[in-house]
Amino acid sequence: MNILKRLIIYSLLVAVAAIYVGPFLWVISTSFKTASEATENPPRWVPVSPEFRASTQPFAAKLPDEIGRRVGIIKDNYYDRVMNDPSFDFALYTRNTLIIALLSTLGASISSSLVAYALARLHWRGKNLVFGIVLGTMMLPFTVVMVPQYDLFRELGWIGSNLPLWVPAFFGVPFFIFLLRQFHMTIPNELADAARIDGCSEFRIWWQIVLPLSRPALAVVALFAFMGAWRDFLGPLIYLSHRRDFTLALALQFFQSRSGGTSWELLMAATLLVIAPIIVLFFMAQKTFIQGIATTGMKG
Amino acid sequence: MRDRVKPREQIAGILFALPFIIGFLVFMAYPLCKAVYFSFTDYPFLNEPVFIGLRKYVRMFGDPVFWQSLRNTIVFALMSVPFSLGISVLLALLLNNKVKAPGVWRTIIFVPSLVPSVASAMLWLWLLNGKDGLVNHLLGTKIQWLTSETLVLPTLAFIGFWGVGQTVVIFLAGLQDIPTEMYEAAEIDGANALQRLFHVTLPMLSPVIFFNLVMGIIGAWSVFDGPYILTGGGGTNRSAYFYAMYIRDAAFLQTDVGYASAMACVQFLIVMTLTALVIWSSKRWVHYR
Repeated sequence: MNILKRLIIYSLLVAVAAIYVGPFLWVISTSFKTASEATENPPRWVPVSPEFRASTQPFAAKLPDEIGRRVGIIKDNYYDRVMNDPSFDFALYTRNTLIIALLSTLGASISSSLVAYALARLHWRGKNLVFGIVLGTMMLPFTVVMVPQYDLFRELGWIGSNLPLWVPAFFGVPFFIFLLRQFHMTIPNELADAARIDGCSEFRIWWQIVLPLSRPALAVVALFAFMGAWRDFLGPLIYLSHRRDFTLALALQFFQSRSGGTSWELLMAATLLVIAPIIVLFFMAQKTFIQGIATTGMKG
Repeated sequence: MRDRVKPREQIAGILFALPFIIGFLVFMAYPLCKAVYFSFTDYPFLNEPVFIGLRKYVRMFGDPVFWQSLRNTIVFALMSVPFSLGISVLLALLLNNKVKAPGVWRTIIFVPSLVPSVASAMLWLWLLNGKDGLVNHLLGTKIQWLTSETLVLPTLAFIGFWGVGQTVVIFLAGLQDIPTEMYEAAEIDGANALQRLFHVTLPMLSPVIFFNLVMGIIGAWSVFDGPYILTGGGGTNRSAYFYAMYIRDAAFLQTDVGYASAMACVQFLIVMTLTALVIWSSKRWVHYR
């Protein structure tokens, strides 16, 4: 690669990186500011208090005080005014979100793996029909069945509870079934055949052979399921009616609409609190994320 | 291939698939049938549905809000799907170069796509704010990106660039699957970089682009979260009022389940037709290996 080409590529990369990281940094910066600093013109990336600017002391001497002031502002924004805001009970909403996310992850992983096993490794009449339906429903927009599904859950008396948000996951998720089926097909038949000769039931073959061997694909499914539940907005918006049951996504929207979008530093602090767990999860499971997405998005 | 199905395996197959079969019947097939039925009724949730024939569909044709939401959805899809796919291909091509620390660059582009739509809406609400927003500060303007009737749809489509990370990773994997021999052969034949892009890279990538195009078109019909928050439920004079928003409002604010179901049925037909159309046209430009 010649130097000119390398120069162009790296400058493009740096520009792109700045555009993608910039919004994050701006959210962090805003959440570290006081109300007047947040709307200050011209805006500052690194907030500096008026006291700091007014002080005639040398930089190194006045810095510790400034850091102390800034920590105070951050604690005030995040802890006193967001996490302890009665309309944004962060601990409660995190718990609500986690319950829904963990239950849907558990349900989606187990049920989708069972169905995928039937589609990938068993011979039975009706298999192709079921697989066709899996593919067909994978494409179906949620809004098409949103209203009659609501009617169904209303008949069941589930409105206002979190049941509509995780119970359906226990009945297999088409996309996950498809994904696990593809993976199950790559597992060699010899192990299962040997187990069958030894009189093993299909359920034991699934549980003791296929499930452990499909761990990488299951990890991808679990991650997607968890992320999907964490990010979901329309579901909670429709089904959750009491504020004590809100998920983080719904609570964040409520926090914003209630404050009328004025206290930007608080809204950005709340936003970061909703994003942070996802980012932590990503860095803990980076490989699974990237590989999962790279391999699943390609099958036409 | 075994032709005969063993009874034991037949039973096992049905049992293993049972969760999905039940789930499909209860949460998909039954609601879909009900949506069709509701669409022929007047049903305000609290009373029983009353059969009124095609009246909801007739009303739909004369309803300016319906046409507005349809128009907005189509305009938005026409802007955002090609734009996002184009950006994704360009970013994937950029990342596919041999560079130092490829994982770092990839992560930077990927992570924003994980941000929940509500949270990224809050972020853009602040960045695009007409008075104190960073974007206006950097441009030296005071543009009302989200409340202007003409700018709101292009703005919503444009900020989609921040969430393309997953598509970029998919395209990147597709690019890395292209055998190097193909490039070598093209080079021997005297193809320059641009010719290699249009005659090797893009054709080889076309199945992946195609898959994401179909998903993008379908996805555009259920766009809700971001625009709902960014435009406060549909924008000035419904300039960003989308199809999914109207279904939701008709059902849950106006409690007109019949009308919402009629729209859902039309949406189902539109999505199915579009998907069939894209699949049919793909024969012309998708090179499957």
